Amino acid sequence: MRYSLGSIIRNAATGHKHWPKQWREPEPKKAYDIVLVGGGGHGLATAYYLARNHGLTNIAVLEKGYLGNGNIGRNTTIVRSNYLCPENSQFYEHSLKLWEGLSRDLNYNVMLSQRGALVVFHTPAQRDAAIRRGNALRLNGVDAVLLDTAGVKKLAPAIDCSPTARFPVLGGMLQPRGGSVRHDAVAWGFARGADAHGVDIIQNCEVTGFRIEKDRVRGVETSRGSIAAKKVGIVVAGRSSLVGQMAGLRLPIESHVLQCFVTEAIKPVLDTVVSFGAAHFSIVQSDKGGLVFNGDLDGYNSYAQRGNMAVVENVAASAVSFMPCMSRLRLLRHWGGINDMTMDGSPIITKTPVKGLFFNGGWCYGGFKATPASGWTYAHLIANGEPHPLASSYLLERFETGLVINESGTGPLPGTH
Amino acid sequence: MRIPCPWCGDRPLSEFTYGGDASKARPKNPEKASPEEWVDYVYLRDNPAGKHTEYWHHSGGCRSWLMVTRDTRSHEISRAVLAKPQPGGATS
Ligand SMILES: Cc1cc2nc3c(=O)[nH]c(=O)nc-3n(C[C@H](O)[C@H](O)[C@H](O)COP(=O)(O)OP(=O)(O)OC[C@H]3O[C@@H](n4cnc5c(N)ncnc54)[C@H](O)[C@@H]3O)c2cc1C
Ligand SMILES: [Zn+2]
Repeated sequence: MRYSLGSIIRNAATGHKHWPKQWREPEPKKAYDIVLVGGGGHGLATAYYLARNHGLTNIAVLEKGYLGNGNIGRNTTIVRSNYLCPENSQFYEHSLKLWEGLSRDLNYNVMLSQRGALVVFHTPAQRDAAIRRGNALRLNGVDAVLLDTAGVKKLAPAIDCSPTARFPVLGGMLQPRGGSVRHDAVAWGFARGADAHGVDIIQNCEVTGFRIEKDRVRGVETSRGSIAAKKVGIVVAGRSSLVGQMAGLRLPIESHVLQCFVTEAIKPVLDTVVSFGAAHFSIVQSDKGGLVFNGDLDGYNSYAQRGNMAVVENVAASAVSFMPCMSRLRLLRHWGGINDMTMDGSPIITKTPVKGLFFNGGWCYGGFKATPASGWTYAHLIANGEPHPLASSYLLERFETGLVINESGTGPLPGTH
Repeated sequence: MRIPCPWCGDRPLSEFTYGGDASKARPKNPEKASPEEWVDYVYLRDNPAGKHTEYWHHSGGCRSWLMVTRDTRSHEISRAVLAKPQPGGATS
Protein backbone atom coordinates (compact mmCIF):
# COMPACT_ATOMS: atom_id res chain seq x y z
CA MET A 1 0.00 0.00 0.00
CA ARG A 2 1.23 3.50 -0.82
CA TYR A 3 1.10 5.91 2.09
CA SER A 4 -0.51 9.24 1.24
CA LEU A 5 -2.76 11.91 2.70
CA GLY A 6 -5.69 9.96 1.23
CA SER A 7 -4.63 6.73 2.99
CA ILE A 8 -4.36 8.53 6.31
CA ILE A 9 -7.81 10.06 5.97
CA ARG A 10 -9.37 6.74 4.88
CA ASN A 11 -7.79 4.85 7.78
CA ALA A 12 -8.62 7.57 10.30
CA ALA A 13 -12.25 7.30 9.22
CA THR A 14 -12.23 3.54 9.87
CA GLY A 15 -10.54 3.78 13.27
CA HIS A 16 -7.06 2.80 12.06
CA LYS A 17 -8.11 -0.86 12.07
CA HIS A 18 -7.26 -1.67 8.47
CA TRP A 19 -3.63 -0.65 8.04
CA PRO A 20 -1.92 -3.64 6.39
CA LYS A 21 1.25 -5.14 7.89
CA GLN A 22 4.32 -3.30 6.66
CA TRP A 23 6.18 -6.45 5.65
CA ARG A 24 5.47 -10.18 5.38
CA GLU A 25 6.75 -12.85 7.76
CA PRO A 26 7.83 -15.56 5.32
CA GLU A 27 9.29 -18.97 6.12
CA PRO A 28 12.86 -19.26 4.83
CA LYS A 29 13.11 -20.90 1.40
CA LYS A 30 15.67 -23.65 0.70
CA ALA A 31 17.76 -21.42 -1.57
CA TYR A 32 18.28 -17.80 -2.56
CA ASP A 33 20.49 -15.96 -5.01
CA ILE A 34 21.71 -13.71 -2.21
CA VAL A 35 21.60 -14.10 1.56
CA LEU A 36 22.38 -11.10 3.77
CA VAL A 37 23.40 -11.92 7.32
CA GLY A 38 22.13 -9.23 9.70
CA GLY A 39 18.90 -7.24 9.56
CA GLY A 40 20.15 -3.97 10.97
CA GLY A 41 19.99 -0.68 9.09
CA HIS A 42 22.82 -1.58 6.75
CA GLY A 43 21.54 -5.08 5.92
CA LEU A 44 18.05 -3.81 5.15
CA ALA A 45 19.38 -0.88 3.11
CA THR A 46 21.58 -3.28 1.13
CA ALA A 47 18.58 -5.51 0.36
CA TYR A 48 16.53 -2.51 -0.70
CA TYR A 49 19.19 -1.14 -3.05
CA LEU A 50 19.96 -4.60 -4.49
CA ALA A 51 16.32 -4.67 -5.58
CA ARG A 52 15.90 -1.02 -6.48
CA ASN A 53 19.22 -0.36 -8.25
CA HIS A 54 20.14 -3.78 -9.59
CA GLY A 55 16.79 -5.56 -10.08
CA LEU A 56 17.84 -8.47 -7.83
CA THR A 57 15.01 -9.73 -5.64
CA ASN A 58 15.59 -13.42 -4.85
CA ILE A 59 17.14 -12.31 -1.55
CA ALA A 60 16.78 -13.17 2.12
CA VAL A 61 17.80 -10.97 5.04
CA LEU A 62 18.47 -13.22 8.04
CA GLU A 63 18.21 -11.51 11.42
CA LYS A 64 19.03 -13.37 14.61
CA GLY A 65 16.74 -11.29 16.82
CA TYR A 66 13.91 -8.93 15.97
CA LEU A 67 14.27 -6.28 13.36
CA GLY A 68 15.88 -3.19 14.85
CA ASN A 69 17.29 -4.83 18.01
CA GLY A 70 20.85 -3.82 17.17
CA ASN A 71 22.59 -0.50 16.80
CA ILE A 72 20.06 0.79 14.29
CA GLY A 73 17.68 1.14 17.24
CA ARG A 74 20.31 2.17 19.80
CA ASN A 75 22.08 5.17 18.29
CA THR A 76 21.95 8.91 18.95
CA THR A 77 20.35 9.53 15.50
CA ILE A 78 22.88 12.12 14.35
CA VAL A 79 23.64 12.52 10.63
CA ARG A 80 26.30 14.77 9.10
CA SER A 81 29.06 14.54 6.52
CA ASN A 82 31.81 16.75 7.97
CA TYR A 83 34.66 14.25 7.62
CA LEU A 84 38.21 15.41 6.93
CA CYS A 85 39.70 12.54 4.92
CA PRO A 86 38.58 12.80 1.26
CA GLU A 87 37.58 9.11 1.08
CA ASN A 88 35.19 9.58 4.01
CA SER A 89 34.08 13.04 2.99
CA GLN A 90 32.78 11.93 -0.43
CA PHE A 91 31.20 8.77 0.96
CA TYR A 92 29.33 10.46 3.81
CA GLU A 93 28.29 13.33 1.55
CA HIS A 94 26.73 10.80 -0.82
CA SER A 95 24.96 9.35 2.21
CA LEU A 96 23.63 12.74 3.28
CA LYS A 97 22.34 13.35 -0.26
CA LEU A 98 20.54 9.99 -0.12
CA TRP A 99 19.04 10.92 3.27
CA GLU A 100 17.73 14.12 1.70
CA GLY A 101 15.60 12.14 -0.76
CA LEU A 102 14.97 9.01 1.30
CA SER A 103 11.46 9.63 2.68
CA ARG A 104 10.16 10.28 -0.84
CA ASP A 105 12.09 7.35 -2.31
CA LEU A 106 10.80 4.92 0.34
CA ASN A 107 7.33 6.47 0.60
CA TYR A 108 8.03 6.36 4.34
CA ASN A 109 8.73 9.31 6.59
CA VAL A 110 12.16 8.78 8.15
CA MET A 111 11.80 12.22 9.75
CA LEU A 112 15.05 13.73 8.52
CA SER A 113 15.45 17.03 10.34
CA GLN A 114 18.29 19.15 8.94
CA ARG A 115 18.57 21.28 12.01
CA GLY A 116 22.35 21.69 11.68
CA ALA A 117 25.23 19.89 13.37
CA LEU A 118 27.57 22.08 15.38
CA VAL A 119 30.96 21.12 16.81
CA VAL A 120 32.12 23.59 19.43
CA PHE A 121 35.79 24.45 20.09
CA HIS A 122 37.42 25.81 23.22
CA THR A 123 41.08 26.53 22.42
CA PRO A 124 42.94 28.36 19.64
CA ALA A 125 44.48 25.03 18.56
CA GLN A 126 41.03 23.45 18.29
CA ARG A 127 39.87 26.48 16.32
CA ASP A 128 42.76 26.07 13.86
CA ALA A 129 41.87 22.39 13.43
CA ALA A 130 38.20 23.25 12.91
CA ILE A 131 39.04 25.88 10.29
CA ARG A 132 41.30 23.44 8.49
CA ARG A 133 38.50 20.88 8.48
CA GLY A 134 35.95 23.47 7.34
CA ASN A 135 38.15 24.50 4.43
CA ALA A 136 38.76 20.87 3.46
CA LEU A 137 35.01 20.25 3.54
CA ARG A 138 34.24 23.22 1.34
CA LEU A 139 36.88 22.11 -1.16
CA ASN A 140 35.06 18.76 -1.23
CA GLY A 141 31.74 20.50 -1.85
CA VAL A 142 30.41 19.97 1.68
CA ASP A 143 28.83 22.84 3.62
CA ALA A 144 30.65 24.29 6.62
CA VAL A 145 30.17 27.60 8.45
CA LEU A 146 32.52 29.04 11.08
CA LEU A 147 30.82 30.61 14.10
CA ASP A 148 32.31 32.81 16.81
CA THR A 149 31.19 32.70 20.45
CA ALA A 150 28.26 35.03 19.78
CA GLY A 151 27.22 32.86 16.84
CA VAL A 152 27.19 29.75 19.01
CA LYS A 153 25.23 31.54 21.73
CA LYS A 154 22.64 32.70 19.21
CA LEU A 155 22.25 29.24 17.66
CA ALA A 156 22.12 27.30 20.93
CA PRO A 157 21.45 29.56 23.94
CA ALA A 158 21.47 26.54 26.27
CA ILE A 159 25.24 26.17 25.84
CA ASP A 160 27.24 27.96 28.53
CA CYS A 161 29.09 30.59 26.46
CA SER A 162 30.17 32.72 29.42
CA PRO A 163 33.88 33.46 29.98
CA THR A 164 33.64 31.69 33.33
CA ALA A 165 32.51 28.38 31.82
CA ARG A 166 34.64 25.39 32.78
CA PHE A 167 35.71 25.23 29.11
CA PRO A 168 34.98 28.68 27.61
CA VAL A 169 33.50 28.45 24.10
CA LEU A 170 35.61 30.16 21.42
CA GLY A 171 33.26 29.28 18.57
CA GLY A 172 32.13 26.36 16.49
CA MET A 173 31.97 24.77 13.06
CA LEU A 174 28.43 24.28 11.81
CA GLN A 175 27.26 21.96 9.07
CA PRO A 176 23.83 23.44 8.31
CA ARG A 177 22.69 20.32 6.37
CA GLY A 178 23.51 17.99 9.28
CA GLY A 179 20.80 16.96 11.70
CA SER A 180 18.97 13.92 12.93
CA VAL A 181 16.79 11.11 11.56
CA ARG A 182 14.24 8.88 13.33
CA HIS A 183 16.38 5.71 13.58
CA ASP A 184 13.62 3.08 13.95
CA ALA A 185 11.80 4.52 10.96
CA VAL A 186 14.94 3.94 8.89
CA ALA A 187 14.91 0.22 9.68
CA TRP A 188 11.17 -0.03 9.12
CA GLY A 189 11.22 2.03 5.92
CA PHE A 190 14.02 0.01 4.32
CA ALA A 191 12.39 -3.26 5.48
CA ARG A 192 9.05 -2.28 3.98
CA GLY A 193 10.73 -1.12 0.76
CA ALA A 194 12.78 -4.31 0.38
CA ASP A 195 9.77 -6.50 1.19
CA ALA A 196 7.66 -4.73 -1.42
CA HIS A 197 10.27 -5.74 -4.01
CA GLY A 198 9.95 -9.39 -2.90
CA VAL A 199 12.89 -9.66 -0.48
CA ASP A 200 12.25 -12.15 2.35
CA ILE A 201 12.98 -10.63 5.76
CA ILE A 202 13.38 -13.49 8.21
CA GLN A 203 13.57 -12.61 11.90
CA ASN A 204 14.69 -14.90 14.73
CA CYS A 205 17.00 -16.71 12.34
CA GLU A 206 20.60 -16.79 13.55
CA VAL A 207 23.39 -17.70 11.17
CA THR A 208 25.59 -20.27 12.90
CA GLY A 209 27.98 -21.22 10.10
CA PHE A 210 28.86 -20.95 6.44
CA ARG A 211 28.92 -23.66 3.83
CA ILE A 212 32.16 -23.17 1.93
CA GLU A 213 33.37 -25.59 -0.76
CA LYS A 214 36.66 -25.07 -2.60
CA ASP A 215 36.97 -21.42 -1.54
CA ARG A 216 33.45 -20.63 -2.70
CA VAL A 217 30.47 -19.94 -0.48
CA ARG A 218 27.46 -22.21 -1.05
CA GLY A 219 25.15 -21.10 1.71
CA VAL A 220 24.65 -20.66 5.42
CA GLU A 221 23.68 -22.80 8.40
CA THR A 222 21.04 -21.18 10.58
CA SER A 223 18.98 -21.82 13.67
CA ARG A 224 16.14 -22.54 11.21
CA GLY A 225 18.03 -24.97 8.95
CA SER A 226 20.50 -24.63 6.12
CA ILE A 227 19.88 -22.19 3.31
CA ALA A 228 21.74 -22.34 0.03
CA ALA A 229 22.93 -19.14 -1.60
CA LYS A 230 25.03 -18.12 -4.58
CA LYS A 231 26.26 -15.03 -2.77
CA VAL A 232 26.36 -14.15 0.92
CA GLY A 233 26.88 -10.72 2.46
CA ILE A 234 27.88 -10.35 6.10
CA VAL A 235 26.60 -7.13 7.70
CA VAL A 236 26.36 -7.70 11.46
CA ALA A 237 27.99 -4.58 13.01
CA GLY A 238 29.18 -5.36 16.57
CA ARG A 239 29.31 -9.11 15.94
CA SER A 240 31.53 -8.84 12.86
CA SER A 241 34.50 -10.72 14.33
CA LEU A 242 32.33 -13.60 15.59
CA VAL A 243 30.45 -14.09 12.34
CA GLY A 244 33.58 -13.45 10.26
CA GLN A 245 35.39 -16.15 12.21
CA MET A 246 32.78 -18.72 11.16
CA ALA A 247 33.95 -18.09 7.59
CA GLY A 248 37.64 -18.08 8.52
CA LEU A 249 38.03 -14.28 8.27
CA ARG A 250 40.44 -12.52 10.62
CA LEU A 251 39.51 -8.88 10.94
CA PRO A 252 41.13 -5.65 12.15
CA ILE A 253 38.18 -5.05 14.48
CA GLU A 254 37.47 -4.86 18.21
CA SER A 255 33.99 -4.68 19.74
CA HIS A 256 33.43 -1.81 22.18
CA VAL A 257 30.33 -0.58 23.97
CA LEU A 258 28.96 2.96 23.59
CA GLN A 259 26.28 4.21 25.95
CA CYS A 260 23.34 6.43 25.09
CA PHE A 261 21.09 8.41 27.43
CA VAL A 262 17.63 10.00 27.31
CA THR A 263 16.22 12.48 29.82
CA GLU A 264 12.62 13.14 30.69
CA ALA A 265 10.79 15.21 28.06
CA ILE A 266 11.00 18.98 28.35
CA LYS A 267 9.90 21.94 26.24
CA PRO A 268 12.10 22.82 23.23
CA VAL A 269 15.52 23.94 24.46
CA LEU A 270 17.86 22.83 21.69
CA ASP A 271 16.92 22.96 18.00
CA THR A 272 20.25 21.89 16.58
CA VAL A 273 22.68 19.00 17.12
CA VAL A 274 25.70 20.02 19.20
CA SER A 275 28.98 18.36 20.14
CA PHE A 276 31.14 19.48 23.03
CA GLY A 277 34.79 20.14 22.16
CA ALA A 278 36.39 19.33 25.52
CA ALA A 279 35.21 15.72 25.75
CA HIS A 280 33.22 13.22 23.72
CA PHE A 281 29.66 14.45 24.15
CA SER A 282 26.95 14.94 21.51
CA ILE A 283 23.37 15.91 22.17
CA VAL A 284 20.11 16.33 20.29
CA GLN A 285 16.55 16.96 21.45
CA SER A 286 14.05 14.40 20.20
CA ASP A 287 10.63 15.29 18.83
CA LYS A 288 9.11 13.99 22.06
CA GLY A 289 11.23 16.47 24.01
CA GLY A 290 13.79 14.17 25.63
CA LEU A 291 17.44 15.15 25.41
CA VAL A 292 19.31 12.29 23.73
CA PHE A 293 23.07 12.16 24.19
CA ASN A 294 26.13 9.96 24.21
CA GLY A 295 29.66 10.20 25.53
CA ASP A 296 32.80 8.23 24.83
CA LEU A 297 33.27 4.47 24.48
CA ASP A 298 33.67 2.58 27.73
CA GLY A 299 37.20 1.98 26.46
CA TYR A 300 37.75 -1.78 26.58
CA ASN A 301 36.59 -4.77 24.51
CA SER A 302 32.99 -5.58 25.39
CA TYR A 303 30.07 -7.65 24.18
CA ALA A 304 27.85 -6.58 27.08
CA GLN A 305 25.06 -4.34 25.79
CA ARG A 306 25.30 -2.20 28.90
CA GLY A 307 27.92 0.19 30.16
CA ASN A 308 29.88 1.09 33.25
CA MET A 309 29.20 3.78 35.81
CA ALA A 310 32.50 5.65 35.35
CA VAL A 311 31.35 6.69 31.88
CA VAL A 312 27.91 7.64 33.17
CA GLU A 313 29.64 10.00 35.58
CA ASN A 314 31.90 11.45 32.86
CA VAL A 315 28.97 12.00 30.54
CA ALA A 316 26.96 13.70 33.28
CA ALA A 317 29.93 15.96 34.04
CA SER A 318 30.27 16.89 30.36
CA ALA A 319 26.55 17.56 30.10
CA VAL A 320 26.48 19.86 33.09
CA SER A 321 29.58 21.84 32.20
CA PHE A 322 28.44 22.25 28.58
CA MET A 323 24.73 22.91 29.20
CA PRO A 324 24.32 23.76 32.90
CA CYS A 325 20.52 23.91 32.51
CA MET A 326 20.60 20.08 32.32
CA SER A 327 21.74 19.68 35.91
CA ARG A 328 18.27 19.11 37.33
CA LEU A 329 16.94 16.85 34.58
CA ARG A 330 16.29 13.22 35.39
CA LEU A 331 17.51 10.43 33.17
CA LEU A 332 14.69 8.34 31.81
CA ARG A 333 16.60 5.58 30.06
CA HIS A 334 20.15 4.54 29.36
CA TRP A 335 21.52 1.66 27.30
CA GLY A 336 24.58 0.42 25.42
CA GLY A 337 25.31 -0.81 21.92
CA ILE A 338 28.23 -2.88 20.67
CA ASN A 339 30.26 -1.08 18.04
CA ASP A 340 32.60 -2.72 15.57
CA MET A 341 35.64 -0.44 16.01
CA THR A 342 38.28 -0.79 13.28
CA MET A 343 41.99 -0.24 13.65
CA ASP A 344 41.88 3.00 11.62
CA GLY A 345 38.38 4.16 12.59
CA SER A 346 37.01 3.85 9.04
CA PRO A 347 34.59 1.24 7.70
CA ILE A 348 35.17 -1.88 5.62
CA ILE A 349 33.11 -2.83 2.54
CA THR A 350 34.93 -5.60 0.78
CA LYS A 351 35.22 -8.89 -1.04
CA THR A 352 36.79 -11.68 1.01
CA PRO A 353 39.18 -14.53 0.15
CA VAL A 354 36.07 -16.76 -0.08
CA LYS A 355 34.43 -16.37 -3.51
CA GLY A 356 30.88 -15.10 -3.34
CA LEU A 357 31.29 -13.98 0.27
CA PHE A 358 31.28 -10.26 1.04
CA PHE A 359 31.84 -8.32 4.22
CA ASN A 360 30.46 -4.98 5.42
CA GLY A 361 31.34 -3.74 8.91
CA GLY A 362 33.65 -1.71 11.05
CA TRP A 363 31.24 1.23 11.26
CA CYS A 364 32.50 2.27 14.66
CA TYR A 365 30.01 4.56 16.37
CA GLY A 366 29.39 6.62 13.23
CA GLY A 367 27.58 4.17 11.04
CA PHE A 368 24.00 5.37 11.38
CA LYS A 369 24.61 8.36 9.12
CA ALA A 370 26.22 5.97 6.64
CA THR A 371 23.21 3.65 6.38
CA PRO A 372 21.93 4.64 2.90
CA ALA A 373 25.39 4.93 1.30
CA SER A 374 26.54 1.72 2.94
CA GLY A 375 23.56 -0.13 1.47
CA TRP A 376 24.00 1.60 -1.89
CA THR A 377 27.69 0.73 -2.29
CA TYR A 378 27.48 -2.75 -0.71
CA ALA A 379 24.62 -3.62 -3.08
CA HIS A 380 26.84 -2.49 -5.96
CA LEU A 381 29.71 -4.67 -4.75
CA ILE A 382 27.51 -7.75 -4.28
CA ALA A 383 25.70 -7.28 -7.60
CA ASN A 384 28.77 -6.56 -9.74
CA GLY A 385 31.61 -8.17 -7.82
CA GLU A 386 33.54 -4.89 -8.01
CA PRO A 387 33.64 -2.08 -5.43
CA HIS A 388 31.57 1.04 -5.98
CA PRO A 389 33.89 4.00 -6.78
CA LEU A 390 32.73 5.80 -3.61
CA ALA A 391 33.75 2.84 -1.44
CA SER A 392 36.82 1.62 -3.30
CA SER A 393 39.07 2.81 -0.46
CA TYR A 394 37.18 0.75 2.12
CA LEU A 395 38.64 -2.63 1.13
CA LEU A 396 40.21 -4.96 3.66
CA GLU A 397 43.49 -4.78 1.72
CA ARG A 398 44.20 -1.29 3.03
CA PHE A 399 45.58 -2.77 6.23
CA GLU A 400 48.19 -4.62 4.16
CA THR A 401 49.05 -1.83 1.74
CA GLY A 402 49.22 0.79 4.48
CA LEU A 403 46.55 3.00 2.87
CA VAL A 404 44.57 3.27 6.09
CA ILE A 405 42.06 6.11 6.54
CA ASN A 406 42.55 7.49 10.01
CA GLU A 407 40.41 10.59 10.76
CA SER A 408 41.65 11.00 14.32
CA GLY A 409 45.30 10.19 13.65
CA THR A 410 45.51 8.05 16.78
CA GLY A 411 46.99 4.91 15.27
CA PRO A 412 45.77 1.32 15.50
CA LEU A 413 43.95 1.70 18.83
CA PRO A 414 40.27 0.98 18.16
CA GLY A 415 39.10 2.40 21.48
CA THR A 416 40.50 5.85 20.66
CA HIS A 417 38.76 6.70 17.37
CA MET B 1 33.86 -3.26 37.50
CA ARG B 2 36.77 -3.68 39.92
CA ILE B 3 40.18 -4.99 38.99
CA PRO B 4 42.15 -7.00 41.57
CA CYS B 5 45.62 -5.46 41.41
CA PRO B 6 48.19 -7.88 42.88
CA TRP B 7 49.70 -4.96 44.89
CA CYS B 8 46.68 -2.85 45.77
CA GLY B 9 43.78 -5.30 45.94
CA ASP B 10 40.33 -4.69 44.40
CA ARG B 11 40.32 -1.18 42.91
CA PRO B 12 37.65 0.65 40.88
CA LEU B 13 37.87 0.77 37.10
CA SER B 14 38.41 4.54 37.05
CA GLU B 15 41.94 4.04 38.45
CA PHE B 16 42.99 1.98 35.43
CA THR B 17 43.89 2.65 31.80
CA TYR B 18 43.22 0.01 29.17
CA GLY B 19 46.19 -1.35 27.26
CA GLY B 20 44.46 -3.68 24.80
CA ASP B 21 44.77 -7.30 23.71
CA ALA B 22 47.70 -8.97 25.51
CA SER B 23 47.72 -12.08 23.37
CA LYS B 24 49.59 -10.35 20.56
CA ALA B 25 53.36 -10.80 20.56
CA ARG B 26 55.63 -8.45 18.68
CA PRO B 27 57.56 -10.35 15.96
CA LYS B 28 60.61 -11.85 17.66
CA ASN B 29 62.97 -10.82 14.92
CA PRO B 30 61.69 -7.43 13.69
CA GLU B 31 64.23 -7.11 10.85
CA LYS B 32 63.34 -10.49 9.40
CA ALA B 33 59.60 -10.57 10.09
CA SER B 34 57.44 -10.75 6.95
CA PRO B 35 54.88 -8.02 6.14
CA GLU B 36 52.14 -10.58 6.91
CA GLU B 37 53.51 -11.06 10.43
CA TRP B 38 53.49 -7.29 10.96
CA VAL B 39 49.92 -6.92 9.66
CA ASP B 40 48.85 -9.68 12.01
CA TYR B 41 50.58 -8.09 15.00
CA VAL B 42 49.52 -4.49 14.36
CA TYR B 43 45.99 -4.94 13.01
CA LEU B 44 44.37 -8.37 13.36
CA ARG B 45 42.51 -9.25 16.55
CA ASP B 46 40.57 -12.32 17.69
CA ASN B 47 38.07 -10.09 19.51
CA PRO B 48 36.42 -12.97 21.39
CA ALA B 49 33.03 -12.93 23.11
CA GLY B 50 34.30 -14.65 26.24
CA LYS B 51 37.67 -14.81 27.95
CA HIS B 52 40.03 -12.07 26.78
CA THR B 53 43.57 -11.53 28.02
CA GLU B 54 44.39 -7.85 28.12
CA TYR B 55 46.73 -5.23 29.56
CA TRP B 56 45.62 -2.72 32.17
CA HIS B 57 47.78 0.03 33.63
CA HIS B 58 47.07 0.89 37.26
CA SER B 59 47.70 4.52 36.29
CA GLY B 60 45.82 5.95 39.26
CA GLY B 61 47.44 3.58 41.74
CA CYS B 62 50.74 1.72 41.93
CA ARG B 63 51.39 2.31 38.19
CA SER B 64 52.05 -1.37 37.50
CA TRP B 65 51.08 -2.92 34.18
CA LEU B 66 48.78 -5.88 34.73
CA MET B 67 47.71 -8.77 32.58
CA VAL B 68 44.04 -9.48 33.21
CA THR B 69 41.80 -12.26 31.94
CA ARG B 70 38.24 -10.93 31.69
CA ASP B 71 35.04 -12.27 30.15
CA THR B 72 33.95 -9.66 27.59
CA ARG B 73 30.27 -10.61 28.06
CA SER B 74 30.05 -10.33 31.86
CA HIS B 75 33.28 -8.45 32.78
CA GLU B 76 34.04 -11.24 35.25
CA ILE B 77 37.78 -11.30 35.95
CA SER B 78 39.33 -14.73 36.40
CA ARG B 79 43.00 -13.76 36.62
CA ALA B 80 45.09 -10.63 37.22
CA VAL B 81 48.89 -10.80 37.39
CA LEU B 82 51.77 -8.40 36.90
CA ALA B 83 52.79 -8.13 33.25
CA LYS B 84 56.49 -8.71 33.28
CA PRO B 85 58.97 -9.94 30.72
CA GLN B 86 59.83 -13.62 31.08
CA PRO B 87 63.08 -15.34 30.32
CA GLY B 88 62.77 -16.17 26.62
CA GLY B 89 61.06 -12.88 25.75
CA ALA B 90 57.34 -13.57 26.11
CA THR B 91 55.17 -11.77 28.65
CA SER B 92 53.39 -13.85 31.24
C1 LIG C 1 24.94 4.37 21.64
C2 LIG C 1 25.23 4.51 20.18
C3 LIG C 1 25.11 5.77 19.58
C4 LIG C 1 25.37 5.93 18.23
N1 LIG C 1 25.17 7.17 17.68
C5 LIG C 1 25.35 7.35 16.34
C6 LIG C 1 25.07 8.62 15.75
O1 LIG C 1 24.59 9.55 16.39
N2 LIG C 1 25.32 8.78 14.43
C7 LIG C 1 25.81 7.75 13.67
O2 LIG C 1 26.05 7.97 12.48
N3 LIG C 1 26.05 6.52 14.19
C8 LIG C 1 25.83 6.29 15.51
N4 LIG C 1 26.05 5.04 16.07
C9 LIG C 1 26.54 3.95 15.20
C10 LIG C 1 25.45 3.21 14.42
O3 LIG C 1 24.34 2.97 15.24
C11 LIG C 1 26.02 1.88 13.87
O4 LIG C 1 27.26 2.09 13.24
C12 LIG C 1 25.09 1.24 12.83
O5 LIG C 1 23.76 1.21 13.27
C13 LIG C 1 25.58 -0.18 12.52
O6 LIG C 1 24.94 -0.78 11.42
P1 LIG C 1 23.56 -1.61 11.53
O7 LIG C 1 22.44 -0.66 11.63
O8 LIG C 1 23.50 -2.52 10.38
O9 LIG C 1 23.79 -2.41 12.89
P2 LIG C 1 22.79 -3.31 13.75
O10 LIG C 1 21.46 -2.67 13.86
O11 LIG C 1 23.51 -3.65 15.00
O12 LIG C 1 22.63 -4.59 12.82
C14 LIG C 1 23.38 -5.78 12.88
C15 LIG C 1 22.39 -6.91 13.00
O13 LIG C 1 23.03 -8.16 12.80
C16 LIG C 1 22.37 -9.11 13.59
N5 LIG C 1 23.22 -10.29 13.76
C17 LIG C 1 24.37 -10.41 14.48
N6 LIG C 1 24.85 -11.67 14.41
C18 LIG C 1 23.99 -12.37 13.63
C19 LIG C 1 23.96 -13.72 13.18
N7 LIG C 1 24.89 -14.61 13.54
N8 LIG C 1 22.92 -14.10 12.39
C20 LIG C 1 21.95 -13.23 12.03
N9 LIG C 1 21.95 -11.93 12.42
C21 LIG C 1 22.95 -11.50 13.21
C22 LIG C 1 22.10 -8.36 14.89
O14 LIG C 1 21.07 -8.97 15.65
C23 LIG C 1 21.73 -6.98 14.38
O15 LIG C 1 20.34 -6.79 14.24
C24 LIG C 1 25.80 4.83 17.44
C25 LIG C 1 25.93 3.57 18.03
C26 LIG C 1 25.63 3.39 19.39
C27 LIG C 1 25.75 2.03 19.99
ZN1 LIG D 1 48.07 -1.38 41.84
